[in-house]
Amino acid sequence: MMRFLLLFSRQGKLRLQKWYTPLSEREKKKIIRDMTTMVLARQPRTCNFLHWKDLKIIYKRYASLYFCLGVESEENELLGLEVIHRYVELLDKYFGNVCELDIIFNFEKAYFILDEFLMSGEIQETSKQTINRCIENSDMLQELSY
Amino acid sequence: MPAVSKGDGMRGLAVFISDIRNCKSKEAEIKRINKELANIRSKFKGDKLLFIFLLGHDIDFGHMEAVNLLSSNKYTEKQIGYLFISVLVNSNSELIRLINNAIKNDLSSRNPTFMCLALHCIANVGSREMAEAFASEIPRILVAGDTMDSVKQSAALCLLRLYKTSPDLVLMGEWTSRVVHLLNDQHMGVVTAAISLITCLSQKNPMSSRPCVFSLQIVSSASTDLQDYTYYFVPAPWLSCKLLRLLQCRLVECLETILNKAQEPPKSKKVQHSNAKNAILFEAISLIIHYDSEPNLLVRACNQLGQFLQHRETNLRYLALESMCTLASSEFSHEAVKTHIETVINALKTERDVSVRQRAADLLYAMCDRSNAKQIVAEMLSYLETADYSIREEMVLKVAILAEKYAVDYSWYVDTILNLIRIAGDYVSEEVWYRVIQIVINRDDVQGYAAKTVFEALQAPACHENMVKVGGYILGEFGNLIAGDPRSSPLVQFNLLHSKFHLCSVPTRALLLSAYIKFINLFPETKVTIQEVLRCDSQIRNSDVELQQRAVEYLKLSSIASTDVLATVLEEMPPFPERESSILAKLKKKKGPGAVSVTELDDSKREAGELNGGGERAAETASTPSPSADLLGIRSSAPMSAAPAAAGSLLVDVFSEVGPAAPAAAAAAVNNDVNPILLFLVTFKLALSLSRFVCKNNGVLFENQLLQIGIKSEYRQNLGRMYLFYGNKTSVQFASFSTTRLCSLTLCPQLNVQSKPVEPLVEGGAQIQQVLNIECLTDFSDAPLLNIKFRYGGALQNLTLKLPVTINKFFQPTEMASQDFFQRWKQLSQPQQEAQKIFKANHGMDTEVIKAKLLGLGSALLDNVDPNPENYVCAGVIQTKGQQVGCLLRLEPNAQAQMYRLTLRCSKESVSKRLCELLSEQF
Repeated sequence: MMRFLLLFSRQGKLRLQKWYTPLSEREKKKIIRDMTTMVLARQPRTCNFLHWKDLKIIYKRYASLYFCLGVESEENELLGLEVIHRYVELLDKYFGNVCELDIIFNFEKAYFILDEFLMSGEIQETSKQTINRCIENSDMLQELSY
Repeated sequence: MPAVSKGDGMRGLAVFISDIRNCKSKEAEIKRINKELANIRSKFKGDKLLFIFLLGHDIDFGHMEAVNLLSSNKYTEKQIGYLFISVLVNSNSELIRLINNAIKNDLSSRNPTFMCLALHCIANVGSREMAEAFASEIPRILVAGDTMDSVKQSAALCLLRLYKTSPDLVLMGEWTSRVVHLLNDQHMGVVTAAISLITCLSQKNPMSSRPCVFSLQIVSSASTDLQDYTYYFVPAPWLSCKLLRLLQCRLVECLETILNKAQEPPKSKKVQHSNAKNAILFEAISLIIHYDSEPNLLVRACNQLGQFLQHRETNLRYLALESMCTLASSEFSHEAVKTHIETVINALKTERDVSVRQRAADLLYAMCDRSNAKQIVAEMLSYLETADYSIREEMVLKVAILAEKYAVDYSWYVDTILNLIRIAGDYVSEEVWYRVIQIVINRDDVQGYAAKTVFEALQAPACHENMVKVGGYILGEFGNLIAGDPRSSPLVQFNLLHSKFHLCSVPTRALLLSAYIKFINLFPETKVTIQEVLRCDSQIRNSDVELQQRAVEYLKLSSIASTDVLATVLEEMPPFPERESSILAKLKKKKGPGAVSVTELDDSKREAGELNGGGERAAETASTPSPSADLLGIRSSAPMSAAPAAAGSLLVDVFSEVGPAAPAAAAAAVNNDVNPILLFLVTFKLALSLSRFVCKNNGVLFENQLLQIGIKSEYRQNLGRMYLFYGNKTSVQFASFSTTRLCSLTLCPQLNVQSKPVEPLVEGGAQIQQVLNIECLTDFSDAPLLNIKFRYGGALQNLTLKLPVTINKFFQPTEMASQDFFQRWKQLSQPQQEAQKIFKANHGMDTEVIKAKLLGLGSALLDNVDPNPENYVCAGVIQTKGQQVGCLLRLEPNAQAQMYRLTLRCSKESVSKRLCELLSEQF
């Protein structure tokens, strides 16, 4: 099971946070701090996995953004890496060549896309087409409601 | 940019975000935010508020407005409302009830988009209140025929979340079997979502379903009526066996296919292709390791990982090292793993990434055995010189353990540890240097060598304080063994030690002072010089109380005591009682359970047994817990005669009934595992905990970092009932949890213990209960044992406890007057009916405490019977199935001498003896 997904910039600015277990604000802040310091301190071309407490941390940098996924210890690291990649692909497909600014200005979309992809810390839907159709549908609804 | 244009609300947000981004300073940002907050307060804007919150600023209002958005007809507002609730609302918010109402409306709206939003919200908040409100609703949605696929997916995962937070609220029912059919769904997304739910359900309810064995599930579930195929209440046994066998060979076949595919050339150069393919491969390898029964597959897996060790992808090298660590502990693949030693050593030396180097060090540790120990220890030592600070301490512990475990000759062991102190003195913890001293003291064939080596090491111009400690201790004990050589004559030795004195901290100086007084005994010719040193102001008037006291006392001791007395007081240290290597315990504490593999521990028992010179003695120590046995190893028996009282009271603290803190402290030091040495220590500790339960029925029986076992018991006549509570202290579930009672042959006909099996899974943080029914057939003196096994993070944990069932539990109190008492006392006058013991008080002699203990014993405490009011007398009958044994007890305290005399007279000889033993440990 996945425990959390964080997106932050090279400067350590948090861009997206998603928690799959109930945590207090304090605990969340602590994890965010630990993750940003740990991940940002890593040299380039090192491996993408870390151990942190009883979790495996899988991170990957896409341009200026770091994606950092915390999973339970029985999870598969490589697959975790591909979860991140699939999410990036989904964002890319929706925004068309996604960049950090897209996520800043349309953070709610980033959350909705993530919700279609993952839920309760598990994979809900992996098909790019299906997810995109869902998001498009809700965008249509948005249009109609105005 | 998204294809859709934005409405007014969105444009406002975009402007706001741009403003924030244009802020040059933190102050400007805060100013802009405060302005916006005021703005929002007057006219609620959920999205902007959300953005502010996500920036990391606290939001303490707007929750109510967000809840109102949920019931909006506008999709955008509803969506923002839900996002707001998911991100901001804690699971214990008071607004939950209002939110639940809105969700309920959306769930019944039949609009799939709204339903999904509502389900996401439930999954995101996932509180108990939500589970209460929706646990019965969601399964219905999940299995309803007309539910859209996307809703099914959300419902499955939403249910999973509720099930994880409140499993008791999600009731299994008819829907469970229908959920299994989702696996046959045409829609892969539904299958993906459903499999998460089903895996979790089947882990917790063996009855419900096993996803891999769909058809088997049909035959193994009791709910399905198979009519004529049910054979004596067993549903289709022949079919089940066939299916299981099919599964077994299909599994091997499937794993082989995956291993074969790994050899095929890649179909794409993209890293995503190889990652996805290798993810499956690693999952297959972990399954192979888990089954640990197919030597062929294990070796193939090992070879595959061997290829990855040299792969250019750092990730693959990392994962290969990690997986190989677990492979090393399987007997089938241990040798195959060992063939990669050169590659791994190379990785340790050349990898650029510290986390990869760490895995390499772990693997070296795991693959180490007697054949390669010297090479591996040497490599690890040389790596230590340049190792990253973050992993040095762990490396030091590992080197120390390997050196001890695989030591063939002790000079090598001593050399290794001294090297360790030389290279990484700062990271050598107390446990490590305590241990080398323990071993040197217990093995007389290495003492001379140790003295010589440590003397040489101390000659280095700068040597680590830990080296001074070891040097001081060893020369103080065995300096005489090298004193024959003029280069290391007594005075040279003393001067060498004393030259380090002023650079050391107070504890080390204290140790050195003790070494000096030992020198006076070993070498009378150094007496004058040492007395001079002790007498000097910096010692005898030292501002540190401990140092001053030692200096004064040692000075006096050396000048007053005769040579004989001195020789007795300062005699060579007796061998230490054998116990688990404290280093191993420390490593496990550091790494967490599961880090040290099962075979390794078995191994270490064998090796350590040899190293410590005889497990026999260990067993003796285990069975007779003496009050002087200490947890700290060296400390209390070290020649720090100045502080025996302090050490003594520490021990009393640890072992007395101070509640769960005591077992916790003890457990922290041992962390039970399958290691028999540990087990010995645990049983040893349990002998103590057994005595804690003689006079009480409830409390914490056992505790370590993983598990807490509480106990509650009640007894009537010759019957008893014991409730055991197993609490999982971790956040990870315990799998295959099982308990077995072990009764020795002698105990079986004496005590009848019955229990039901326990739940095989204990969730993280959860507690399960087991009831034992006990019948006392005749009197007994052993305690029944309980063996507990479970898997935690893949590693098998095994633990044996003594159950605190003692003969006194079957006491029935008997009230009687003074006259009756003494009449009966006289009747029981045969010498074998009486058991008497005179012993020193281990605890304070407080009247109330003594009374409470005697009452807890179960017999009646009789007032005004004994002519001496200081004495205590008790009477009772022990009820067994076969007979009743009358028991009279008299406890005479002598406050002045801090002694007790305990006399028992019972109608049965063995009962007198046993009660006397049990009770004498209580006061």
